[in-house]
Amino acid sequence: MKILVPIKRVPDPATTIRVLPDGSGIATDNVKWVINPFDEIAIEEALRIKEKQGGEVVLVTIGQSTWQEQLRTGLAMGADRAILVKSEAPLDTLAIARILAKIVTDEKPELVLLGKQAIDDDSNQVGQMLAEMLGWPQATFASKVEFAGQKVTVTREVDGGLETIAFNLPAVVTTDLRLNEPRYASLPGIMKARKKELKEIPADSLGVNLAPKLRIKTLAAPPKRQAGKKVGSVQELVQVLHTEAKVI
Amino acid sequence: MGDVLIFAEHQGGHFPKTTLTAVNAGLELARKRGGNAIAVVAGDAPEGLAGEIAKYGVSKAIALTHASLKNYLADAHAAALASLVKKTGAEFVLATATAVGKDLAPRLAARLDAPMASEITAINDDGTYVRPMYAGNAMATIELDGPIKVITVRGTAFDAAKPAGNSAAVEKIDAEIDSAALKTEFVAFNQTKSDRPQLTEARIVVSGGRGLKSGDNFKTVLEPLVDEMGAAMGASRAAVDAGFVPNDLQVGQTGKVVAPELYVAVGISGAIQHLAGMKDSKIIVAINKDEEAPIFNVADYGLVADLFKAVPEMAEEVKKLKHS
Repeated sequence: MKILVPIKRVPDPATTIRVLPDGSGIATDNVKWVINPFDEIAIEEALRIKEKQGGEVVLVTIGQSTWQEQLRTGLAMGADRAILVKSEAPLDTLAIARILAKIVTDEKPELVLLGKQAIDDDSNQVGQMLAEMLGWPQATFASKVEFAGQKVTVTREVDGGLETIAFNLPAVVTTDLRLNEPRYASLPGIMKARKKELKEIPADSLGVNLAPKLRIKTLAAPPKRQAGKKVGSVQELVQVLHTEAKVI
Repeated sequence: MGDVLIFAEHQGGHFPKTTLTAVNAGLELARKRGGNAIAVVAGDAPEGLAGEIAKYGVSKAIALTHASLKNYLADAHAAALASLVKKTGAEFVLATATAVGKDLAPRLAARLDAPMASEITAINDDGTYVRPMYAGNAMATIELDGPIKVITVRGTAFDAAKPAGNSAAVEKIDAEIDSAALKTEFVAFNQTKSDRPQLTEARIVVSGGRGLKSGDNFKTVLEPLVDEMGAAMGASRAAVDAGFVPNDLQVGQTGKVVAPELYVAVGISGAIQHLAGMKDSKIIVAINKDEEAPIFNVADYGLVADLFKAVPEMAEEVKKLKHS
């Protein structure tokens, strides 16, 4: 099966994020950049499907030249080749989904696997938008993906339980935490990745509308919560919750 | 223009609190943008529920009806709502960012070629919106262009709507859906069997982290306290990652965002992404053996202790209090 895995470069989740004083963005000095953790789970799932069924895993990202680093990491995990759609301008989720739809039309994968959300803008939109643009079925927040021929059954962790839906390929699946635990790139994997194909395509050569309809005007730091007091024992804790906070 | 279609999600024949939150946010949006707030209940026979939601201050409730809307599926619901937006000339579609809202709204936005704002926490008078980014470490002010906009709201950022004392008209509209374009089959919904309140609705939430060390300890150590307090149980991402508990218990930026009256964090260090999911709770209690744990920076009451001793003790103390 041919699988397309769109990925995004984001600050390492362990990084402390600071908003710039002028509100124009976040401070990026000392930020370590990584593959969005949910996209890493998508790469892992794609590799496992390929290991069982054969096929090809193609990575795609949309960003600047430096984003090659994350594509190389994905190639080192075991993906076969990668596409960097180059864009300097900020793009909104609709534009990203349109670019991906164009890549899907060209590459003709049977399955698109991606993270449910990127941990920078936390939008949780692109997979669903892409599915609609392609007229494909979607399964978001997947915790289990099973194949029987062309039929896919996906278990989704939703509010209050587990939902199971099914559809035929082609389809878009977005990953949740429990789907798998991503592998680390091995040393031979890293060596091999250097020789794998990484194609660059300028975003404005794709003939899709990139004009943003969502604009970020300014960023601000969130209000801080003050630390309270330490209590000495469980008895004291239960007492203050009862008499002082009056919540139990 | 300025009309707001509020997607009134229902589960098992009733509206969760998150739906009343959507209604209230929708009323505010309609007021600020100079339009009407119209609730939409989608289903195979949603008229009864539409009659219920009509009592919450909206100017109309639409029963969007089609056999394909029996169970929630993104493709059928997006198609039905998109045609309703066109038909009504509404400017906004608003839903709460529940599992269903998050699944549906972007698909609908793409179908309408409309921009979408996810999980907004405020509606500004100047036409902009506020939403968290970077796991809540930055609050962005954003603007949306175009004749139609799709918005999901963070459930904890708006109050639930209250009955208005009167009831708006209910209109039944047969949804326009091209059944041949529907490709998804609903197989099953296995409800988690639980007598506990829902995480996003509970007055008290007790959450466990990696400090619990195993799924078994969630059951034997944490659950007695959860039940003694009549609380909902949550977990940190680390506990979910480690496989101790399922994903739907995860509290955090990438899981559920909660704001109960009392939040008890047990064996949770307080990673940024967890704090983003609970820092708006009224009272926060942290129990952790590491006194340097960042969770203590946001806790109203902190107890530095071994949770395996403190948690059973606390269950015992709460029990005594209830019987005193």
